[in-house]
Amino acid sequence: MPQYILETRKLSKEFKGFMAVSGLDLQVEQGHIHALIGPNGAGKTTVFNLLTKFLTPTTGTILFKGIDVTREKPADIAMRGVIRSFQISAVFPNLTPLENVRLALQRATGTSYHFWKSDHCLHALEGQAMALLESVGLAEFSGEITGELAYGRKRALEIATTLALEPELMLLDEPTQGMGVEDVEKITALVKKASANRTILMIEHNLKVVATLADRITVLQRGAILAEGTYAEVSQDPRVLEAYMGSAHA
Amino acid sequence: MNRYVWILLFVLGLVAPFVVYPVFMMKLLCFALFALAFNLLLGYTGLLSFGHAAFFGGASYITGHLIRNSGLTPELGILGGTLFAALLGYLVGSLAIRRQGIYFAMVTLALAQIVYFIALKAPFTGGEDGLQGIPRGFLFGLIDLNRVHVVGGKPLALNLYYFVFAVFCLGFWIIYRTIHSPFGQVLKGLRENEPRAVSLGYKVDRFKLMAFVISSAIAGLAGATKALVFQLASLTDVSWHTSGEVVLMTLLGGVGTVLGPLAGAFTVVTLQSELTSVGAWITVIIGGIFVICVLLFRRGFVGELGRLLKRSL
Repeated sequence: MPQYILETRKLSKEFKGFMAVSGLDLQVEQGHIHALIGPNGAGKTTVFNLLTKFLTPTTGTILFKGIDVTREKPADIAMRGVIRSFQISAVFPNLTPLENVRLALQRATGTSYHFWKSDHCLHALEGQAMALLESVGLAEFSGEITGELAYGRKRALEIATTLALEPELMLLDEPTQGMGVEDVEKITALVKKASANRTILMIEHNLKVVATLADRITVLQRGAILAEGTYAEVSQDPRVLEAYMGSAHA
Repeated sequence: MNRYVWILLFVLGLVAPFVVYPVFMMKLLCFALFALAFNLLLGYTGLLSFGHAAFFGGASYITGHLIRNSGLTPELGILGGTLFAALLGYLVGSLAIRRQGIYFAMVTLALAQIVYFIALKAPFTGGEDGLQGIPRGFLFGLIDLNRVHVVGGKPLALNLYYFVFAVFCLGFWIIYRTIHSPFGQVLKGLRENEPRAVSLGYKVDRFKLMAFVISSAIAGLAGATKALVFQLASLTDVSWHTSGEVVLMTLLGGVGTVLGPLAGAFTVVTLQSELTSVGAWITVIIGGIFVICVLLFRRGFVGELGRLLKRSL
C-alpha cells in the first residue's frame, strides 16, 4: 500500500504561455482531510480539474493509490472512486433531491444503458437514497424540485450525491462558498462526518473551516506550493501572511 | 401520466379515420412520430440536432427503393429504412457529439446537407422527381394495404391506416420506454448538468450517441412509413426545411414533454393543410403563429398545461 492515496509529480498546466500550475508535487495522505488554500488565481481549481481529468496536464504525472492515472478520462477516474464537487453547486436542478441521489446510486446497478427497462426497477434504490438525504438533513425535501431549494441545501445535496458513490477520495471545491454562518457550520459538520473512512481534499477560502477540519494544508501561490503543514504551522509562516495580507511591512 | 388519458388517446386514434380523412391522419401520425423522436434528443438529452430530416428522408428513400425496386414486403422495407437511419445516425452522431451547443447543431446540419446532395445526385433516388409510385403491397405478404373499405358511402384505406397507427404506437412506446428507463434518467442528468454527470462516472458520450441512434432510428421509422403512405420519397423529406419544421413542432408543443411533440405536429400539419389556399403566405402565417406562441407559451402548449396542472405530461 503506498503511503499517499494521491500524489502528483511535477504537475504543470500551461494556458497559452500562462503557467496556471507549475511543477506541483502534491501528496495527500490516506484518511486525511487535506485543504488546498491560496489567494484568488493561485490555480486551486485548475489543480482540481487536472486531478479529475477535466483538464489534461501539460507535463507531470498523477498517481492514485500508486497507479498512474495521468491519461485517464474523467468518467474513468470517477469509476476509481475519486468524486469531485464543483465551485458552483452541481445538482440536477429539474430533478428532485431523491432523483439526484438515486442517479448516483444507479451507476452501480449496471442498468444505466438499459433503455428498454422501466424505471420502476430504480425504486429499489430509494431506501438508500432517503437514508443519504436523511444524513444531510434533507429527508423532508426529497420530493421538491431541486432548483428551488435554498443554496445551502443544494450544497448539502451535492455532498449526499457524492457520498452515494462511496468515494475513496472526495474532492470538494469550496463547499462553504457563498453561505451564511449557520450553513457553514452545518456543512463543516457534514464534511467532518463524511471524512470517516475516506480521504478528502478540499479547496476552501474560509480559514475558520480550514482550521477546524484540515489535518494538513497546502498553500498555493501562482500555481506552485508556497507552504505546507498543519494549520498552526502554515498560519505562522511569514510567506503565507504576505501572500494573503500583502507585504508584512506595508 | 393518467391511464385514462392514454386509453382516450388510443381510442381516438382508432376511430380517427372515420372522422378525419385517413391519409391526412396518417400524415399527422408520421410527423408526430418524427417530432417525438426529435424530442428525445432535444427535450430529454439536451442536444439540438438540425439535421433530422436526413434520417426521416433518408429512410423514406431506402424504404421506397427496397419496396419498389427490390420487391420487398412493406414491413421489411420499413425495417430496412429504419436500420439505415440508425446506421446513418450512428455515423452522424459519432461526429457531432464531439462538439457542443450550436456547433453540434451546425455539424448535424452540414452532414444532413451532404445527405440532401446525395439524394439529389445519386442514380437511384430519382433526383428532382424523387421516387414515385412506391407500391404499398401486401403486409407480411398477406394483408392488402391498398384495400379500400367503403363505410357510410366513403372509401377509407383502413388497412393502411391501422398499419400506420400500429407503427406509430410501437414508435411512441419505444420513445416512452426510453424516457422512463434507467437510461432515460441518465439522459435527464446529462441534460441538466453534464459536468456533474461526468463526475459521477457516467461516460456521457456513449449515452449521447445511444440517444442519437435511437432518435434517428425512430425518425427513420416515421419517414419510411410516410413513404409508404404517400407512395413517394422526395427531396422535401431530406431538405433542411423539414429539419426546421420538426424543431418548430417540438417547440410549439412543448419541449421535454411526452405529449408536446404530438400536439405540435398536429398543429403544424393541420395549419399547413388548412392554409394551402393562401399559397406562399403560408410560411409568413405559420411564422407569425410561432412568434405569438413563443411569446405566450414559452414552454409550448403541453408544457404550459403541465405547469398549470403541476405535473409532467
